[in-house]
Amino acid sequence: MTDQLDPLDESAVKAAVDAALSAFADARTLDELKAAKIDFTGDKAPLALANRAIGSLDKADKAAAGKIVGKSRGQVKKALDARQAELEAERDAAVLIEESIDVTLPTDRARLGARHPLSLIQEQASDYFIGLGWEVAEGPEIESEWLNFDSLNFGPDHPARQMQDTFFVDPPEAGLVLRTHTSPVQSRSLLQRGVPLYIVCPGKTFRTDELDATHTPVFHQIEGIAIDKGLTMANLQGTLDGFAREMFGPESKTRLRPSFFPFTEPSAEMDFWFPNKVGGPGWIEWGGCGMVHPNVLKAAGIDPEVYQGFAFGMGIERTLMLREGINDMHDMVEGDVRFSARFGMKA
Amino acid sequence: MRVPLNWLADYVDLPADTDPHVLAAEFAAIGLEEEDFFGPEITGPLVVGRVLELVKEEHSNGKTVNWCRVDVGPEHNEDADDPKDPQPGDEGPSRGIICGAHNFVVGDLIVACLPGAVLPGDFQIAARKTYGHKSDGMICSAKELGLGEDHDGIIVLKNLGLSGEPGDDAIALLGLDQVTLDVNVTPDRGYQLSMRGIAREYAQMKGQSFTDIGSPTVAEVNAPTDDGFPVVIEDSKPIDGNVGCDQFTALQVTGLDPAATTPFWMQRRLIAAGMRPISLTVDVTNYVMLELGQPLHAYDTALLGEEIVVRRAQAGEKFTTLDDVERTLDAEDLLITDRGGQGSDSTGGKIIGLAGVMGGAAVEVNDETTDVVIESAHFDPISIARTARRHKLSSEASRRFERGVDPRLGPVAARRCADLLVELAGGTLSPATTQVGQAPEPTVIELPVKRVDSLVGVDYTTAEVTGLLEGIGAVIEVIGKDRLAVTVPSWRSDITADVDLIEEVARTGGYDRIPSIQPAARAGQGMTEAQRTRRRISNLLAADGFTEVLSYPFTSDKRDDQLRLEADDVRRKHIRLANPMSEDLPLMRTNLLSTLVELVARNFGRGAKDVALFEAGLVSTSAGLPAGPGPRHLPGYHPSDAELEEVYASVPAQPYHYAGIISGNAEMPGVWGKGRKAEATDVIDTVRRIAETNGLEVTVEADQIAPWHPGRAAKFVLADGQTLGHAGELHPKACENLGLPARTVAFEIDLDALLAQEDLRAWDGALSTYPVSRQDVALIVDADLPAQTLAATLREGAGEELELLETFDLYTGDQLPEGKKSLAFRLTFRTPDRTLKADEASAMREAATKLAAERHGAEVRS
Repeated sequence: MTDQLDPLDESAVKAAVDAALSAFADARTLDELKAAKIDFTGDKAPLALANRAIGSLDKADKAAAGKIVGKSRGQVKKALDARQAELEAERDAAVLIEESIDVTLPTDRARLGARHPLSLIQEQASDYFIGLGWEVAEGPEIESEWLNFDSLNFGPDHPARQMQDTFFVDPPEAGLVLRTHTSPVQSRSLLQRGVPLYIVCPGKTFRTDELDATHTPVFHQIEGIAIDKGLTMANLQGTLDGFAREMFGPESKTRLRPSFFPFTEPSAEMDFWFPNKVGGPGWIEWGGCGMVHPNVLKAAGIDPEVYQGFAFGMGIERTLMLREGINDMHDMVEGDVRFSARFGMKA
Repeated sequence: MRVPLNWLADYVDLPADTDPHVLAAEFAAIGLEEEDFFGPEITGPLVVGRVLELVKEEHSNGKTVNWCRVDVGPEHNEDADDPKDPQPGDEGPSRGIICGAHNFVVGDLIVACLPGAVLPGDFQIAARKTYGHKSDGMICSAKELGLGEDHDGIIVLKNLGLSGEPGDDAIALLGLDQVTLDVNVTPDRGYQLSMRGIAREYAQMKGQSFTDIGSPTVAEVNAPTDDGFPVVIEDSKPIDGNVGCDQFTALQVTGLDPAATTPFWMQRRLIAAGMRPISLTVDVTNYVMLELGQPLHAYDTALLGEEIVVRRAQAGEKFTTLDDVERTLDAEDLLITDRGGQGSDSTGGKIIGLAGVMGGAAVEVNDETTDVVIESAHFDPISIARTARRHKLSSEASRRFERGVDPRLGPVAARRCADLLVELAGGTLSPATTQVGQAPEPTVIELPVKRVDSLVGVDYTTAEVTGLLEGIGAVIEVIGKDRLAVTVPSWRSDITADVDLIEEVARTGGYDRIPSIQPAARAGQGMTEAQRTRRRISNLLAADGFTEVLSYPFTSDKRDDQLRLEADDVRRKHIRLANPMSEDLPLMRTNLLSTLVELVARNFGRGAKDVALFEAGLVSTSAGLPAGPGPRHLPGYHPSDAELEEVYASVPAQPYHYAGIISGNAEMPGVWGKGRKAEATDVIDTVRRIAETNGLEVTVEADQIAPWHPGRAAKFVLADGQTLGHAGELHPKACENLGLPARTVAFEIDLDALLAQEDLRAWDGALSTYPVSRQDVALIVDADLPAQTLAATLREGAGEELELLETFDLYTGDQLPEGKKSLAFRLTFRTPDRTLKADEASAMREAATKLAAERHGAEVRS
């Protein structure tokens, strides 16, 4: 390298360029490239020396030599930069590869919480009816007997009142019970919101049943009531059909069978068509319903000659059990975190 | 109501090939839901056999058995005896059977079940070696065939009034191939508790004409005479103005054969209908009750006094009912008594029955009775219902009276009963007929046909409505264009208004005719703020790692003790249940933690290691509840505003609470590290986050309150001074008492208090984009100075430019004097209109520390 390169010797200059390019290309690492860089672009590199030698050339040759050497140095610099970028990219990529982690390791350092599916299903049902323009009403769980029974046309000696296994507050003369159904909210809503009225009331209810696979003394219902001018049993059927589709899929529908409830006349038991029933699609009993009895409207000060409508109610536990294939009530009421965890925040 | 189908076929055209399951579905569609199904339980061979010979063999166990040669018909007889085990008597086609009963003799026709037969209870019959012989079948008792209890050993056909030839199929002969449907009768339809009522439903469903055997115009009845058995109705205390007994029919039958027994067919029907045969007279009264729906009673005339008196009891009177229970009577109980007979007490007579519910032993028919008085009365449903309920004595009679018995049925049923007695036990029906009281006039209801359509949503024609209502037994008169006057049948006390008739049209016309039309509701308001807030908080808690649970709201004083509530704590003022599920849990919870703790313990019991639970729900206290009886109003009554206020005020306040508990780790251990145990600050922060995500500021104060640790509990105070709730570590003793892991932390807040807050947030201009200036300072203060107090002072002293105050370190230890702590703060300053200079920010920080020095003696730690 110590040989002085003639800046006017084009082939010698080209050879120097080729040597540089070849050295850069051969550099496998940034360190090798750095060494090549010093060899071929440093102060003592042939081209540098050639460049320096231009100064001592004749004036006439200076321009030609400057052109030859300048172009060549430019070519070398460009090749060096390109190789530098290439090697840096390789190094960066290798670093990232080295930094790899096992993304399949457990990540659950924060505890996963869950809603209770009975709450979620009440929210789903409420949202459905809100979408129809209905509202969601609520009421107390310790309720006056008048609102739980008499206002709903359950007289003091009505046989149906005896059917209910009612928790009474002590002393019984206080006239307080744990509500046996969400229906007192019907009366409260009729009294306080008036008509027209389209509401659902999901909530907790109580009957003196021992806890077993299908019973629990504390359970949940969702109740609906619609009072307006000209509502018919056909509207009841339509409302139930829509609700069944929401809860059990687009194939579902409902069927009414005559029954008896003091607060409705006509009254019906309601079955829904369950496409996903274990053992094949079929009808399953879901709840009770009917046209609101005139005495219920009268008790709320509403003229049954002008306004009429329907009411329905169904068990939330039963709905959830059927839909999710849960076969033991214990799982729903015992508060075992494994149960809710299965549902997360979506039932 | 159990409906034996062969009995039903007496009154309607019931095809022999009726599929009972299809029929059950058809009944369900008109409101008679299937409760149960009793089908044939026996498969043959079960045949008539004749006992040709028997020898009595005594065995070492002291038992004597009969070794019998039985002719079971050519199809089943063996031609020859087994030479090693010959049957008694002359050899001939027969089978040898061992029988332990002794109520039969040679020549009797019996029922034999042969190998291959299966009896009720999946009892498989096979030839078997017993008492030294091969018994090639079994001679059957009534019990073995599901025909009732045994009284006299095996069935001897002649005793049942039956006959046949050896080899005849006994299944058909005994009616063991019959099917009974048990249908659920709703409490408004008393008339369906009879074959008469069910038959009418069937006839209408099938479009058959129907002959009503319970109608006084169809059946034979006796005209009242003056010389009937004397009956006096003395009701001193009618309930709601309704006399307890408004009608009493009495007939007398004399000269009955006391030895007469109930015919087999009647026993079969009683058993199939779920009743137990007792004696001919009692069985006949029960049979007529099942047939027509009228409960009846027969008294032995010889034991009865001179007259029957129906009266109310005197409070405290005693009476022993037929079930051998002595009852202390209430002044509302209606009684059947006599006057002037044997065994009279101080009243000059004796109680002979609890009217419409159950009789007593005094004048019951017995095995010497020849003359009877038949009672066929109509009682006030409410009176009977109350008596049955009061004495917890529901009988076949009371069930019917409570639900309403046809008031025109008395004379019909009495006569039917008398006729059957005469037919089955000889005797004579006396023409002397007692008839006290009259059936009420029938109800007439006006019904515009349009009203049916407008409620049901089906276009019925006037002819259809008329036809359907006639089907239930109503009499229809057209009183104007599409306007009907409907005379309600006497047995339909449930029909009192037009809607009741409309239900009958819809029901008998078929609910499947009702179309499905979704109504257009008015535009609603969506969820309320309270509803949205609850979802927000529940979802926040679930996202924070809590699992929602729903504990039963029942608690106890013991639980309050475990929670260490003070004696005067308002949370000890529970609403008490009169009839709790368990005497151990008779109280309604006043706070959620009291019941939530149990679920935490349960999860640990099931092997959980770290548990975080939350619950949302109502609580109550008895504080402030009005004393005295609660307001009562009858159905259909619209209370005045003042009365309504009284109703609302009688209901205890039930605030909506949230509570949560963390036991074990707050942060989970794993490959990333050891995790971190839950501590008080975790739940304190949970409550803070609840408040702040709902746009509210809470002030935290130290508090000493059960069930929390006295030095590790925070109270949250809202802007208006109300307490939101508490959070912190539970008292170590409380954890121990409740079986919770040590250092369990918990919070409980009153959502209603949160919802009552005004949203005080105000938007005071655009966000400044000038750079911030951060200043750190550590202050040494008394160890018991709440950090929040010091922070508030710093905020006040630093002025409006302080955008953010962070507390980033707490130090206590050797480098500080005893009783001191150091808190380090980072103050972030920013102005809305310019860049702060360094010395300006320092001045602000110094202003803050100066105020802290003045107020709290805070020293800057260098």
